[in-house]
Amino acid sequence: MGQASTNKQALSLEHVSVNFGGLRAIADVSFEVQDGEVVGLIGPNGAGKTTAFNLITGFVRAFAGNILYHGTQLNGLRPHEIAALGLVRTFQRTSVFPNNTVFENALIGLHRRGRSTLWDTILALPRERTSEKELADEAWDILRTVGLDMRASEPAGSLPYGEQRLVGVALALAAKPSMLLLDEPVSGMNASETVKFMKLIEAIRARGMTILLVEHDMRMVMGVSDRVVVLNHGQIIAEGTPAVVQRNPEVVQAYLGRGAARA
Amino acid sequence: MSRYAPIFWLVIFLTVPLWLKDQYFLHVLIITGIFIIAAMSLNLLLGFTGQLSLGHIAFFGIGAYASSLTSVGFDVELFGVVRVVHKPWPAVAGLIIGTALAGFCGFLIGKLSFKVRGAYFIIVTLSFAEVTRLVALNWVELTQGPMAINNVPPFTVGLPGLGYVALWNKAYYYYLVLFIAILAYILIARLVGSRIGRAMVALKENESLAVSIGIDVTRYLILGAVVSAALAGAAGSLYAHYVKIIDPDVFHFMYTVTMIIMVITGGKGTLAGPIVGGLIFGFLPVAVRSFASPEVQWMIYGVFMIIIVFVLPQGIVPAVTQWIESFRSRPPNDTGPALASLATSRKED
Repeated sequence: MGQASTNKQALSLEHVSVNFGGLRAIADVSFEVQDGEVVGLIGPNGAGKTTAFNLITGFVRAFAGNILYHGTQLNGLRPHEIAALGLVRTFQRTSVFPNNTVFENALIGLHRRGRSTLWDTILALPRERTSEKELADEAWDILRTVGLDMRASEPAGSLPYGEQRLVGVALALAAKPSMLLLDEPVSGMNASETVKFMKLIEAIRARGMTILLVEHDMRMVMGVSDRVVVLNHGQIIAEGTPAVVQRNPEVVQAYLGRGAARA
Repeated sequence: MSRYAPIFWLVIFLTVPLWLKDQYFLHVLIITGIFIIAAMSLNLLLGFTGQLSLGHIAFFGIGAYASSLTSVGFDVELFGVVRVVHKPWPAVAGLIIGTALAGFCGFLIGKLSFKVRGAYFIIVTLSFAEVTRLVALNWVELTQGPMAINNVPPFTVGLPGLGYVALWNKAYYYYLVLFIAILAYILIARLVGSRIGRAMVALKENESLAVSIGIDVTRYLILGAVVSAALAGAAGSLYAHYVKIIDPDVFHFMYTVTMIIMVITGGKGTLAGPIVGGLIFGFLPVAVRSFASPEVQWMIYGVFMIIIVFVLPQGIVPAVTQWIESFRSRPPNDTGPALASLATSRKED
């Protein structure tokens, strides 16, 4: 699906706006994410970060502007169609299927990878069994990747909050994305869990996955991101490498100033 | 034990006509069996996709009417222009057509509910049931309206050496219902135990999360509605050819409520739930009728249901499953509860 005309560009937003009633949540925002890049999207609460995620993944419609992924227009596509293009997100809060076990969560995430048809399933044809076996093997692989294989048989809802975030990532990884959108993945994690998670991001990235990240934990964002985009009041106020953004006076005033003062 | 449980129950159900000589009990069992099939179909929607169909009896009634009309024949004029005459066909054709037509209506409801979930889905299904009841009541030329369709013929089976045998006999009819019920059970079990069932559960638990990982939830909602409606239609057809008379009362809201009660008390989202709930509420009227007048019977019903829902909110089957599991994980093996629950959680039935 990737076209040669945009050889490195994965995701691009071109002059995108979103309105909620009279409120302009996102105003004329343009930015790009290159293949294999890790980009952090930061900004104070209410800046429009999660709205941007909802917009890219089809949960919210753009009022104006274009969103492209590998040259494919995303405007008007439904969320599951966007996921099918390889663009998969996690959620800030409800990131797991709480009543299912961690293993079942991974299996659900693998949904699109199953090869059996309706008739294979109903008539218990051999393909059903081989497909289910493959899915189970892959589910174990993914759980080992995120370090949850020891928790496989526990209901996802009973895990500590930090581990639930990992289940959410496992679910997203299971859908085999080419680009992963993580919405505050380390909120609720303690310091050592966060460090582990940063290593996980490096591992995911080493597989060639592109990552867009919304996060409040500044040390984490600045640590893993190649580039940072700063939103405030629905507009981009700065963009660049972590070092550059951290020195931008507007950013410091809007966001980092408070953080730095507290730290 | 859980491995042999299905075989054990199968043997019990298969031998019922051999040791149960009371024809009245057999009759209750047949009617109960028919409603269990309908309750199983409702459970596919309610227990797995999480959508409550308050008009489920519509599919049952459509199956009953379509099957009756196919086997009785009809002669109607459409819009005063086209005259459609249908000669009677065998009852089996009625069963197939009734099932298919109900399934098709399920498809339409599923399509209509494209963006409609929860309360709106309930209203769509409820209105649909009322519309079908009004059609059955008022399209007298086709359905005989309140005069009812009489003399619905029984199923006939071609047996080698005996020719065609009509299933008037209750024991034969019991086996027919049991056969269809087992087919329905296997169909539902295959679906929910697969990737399709996981997609349905994902839709029930968290729709946004489900679509975010690429599950086309509408597709699985429609699939669930079609299979569910078709099975309810099959149950309706079995009912029509058993009681031999069908009138618009078959669409009574109370029947939908009965199915829901069977599913909820037995345990929604479990395969055995509708069967357990169905047997209880199929036989409860028989148990209480000797000492209670009909009005009091309904009250006993209600009280019984409230007690079950209060004491076992998950339903009987999940409660019993949990109880057995806690019983099992107690023996002092050092694998610990995690492994024990891994071993048992895979197959709960």
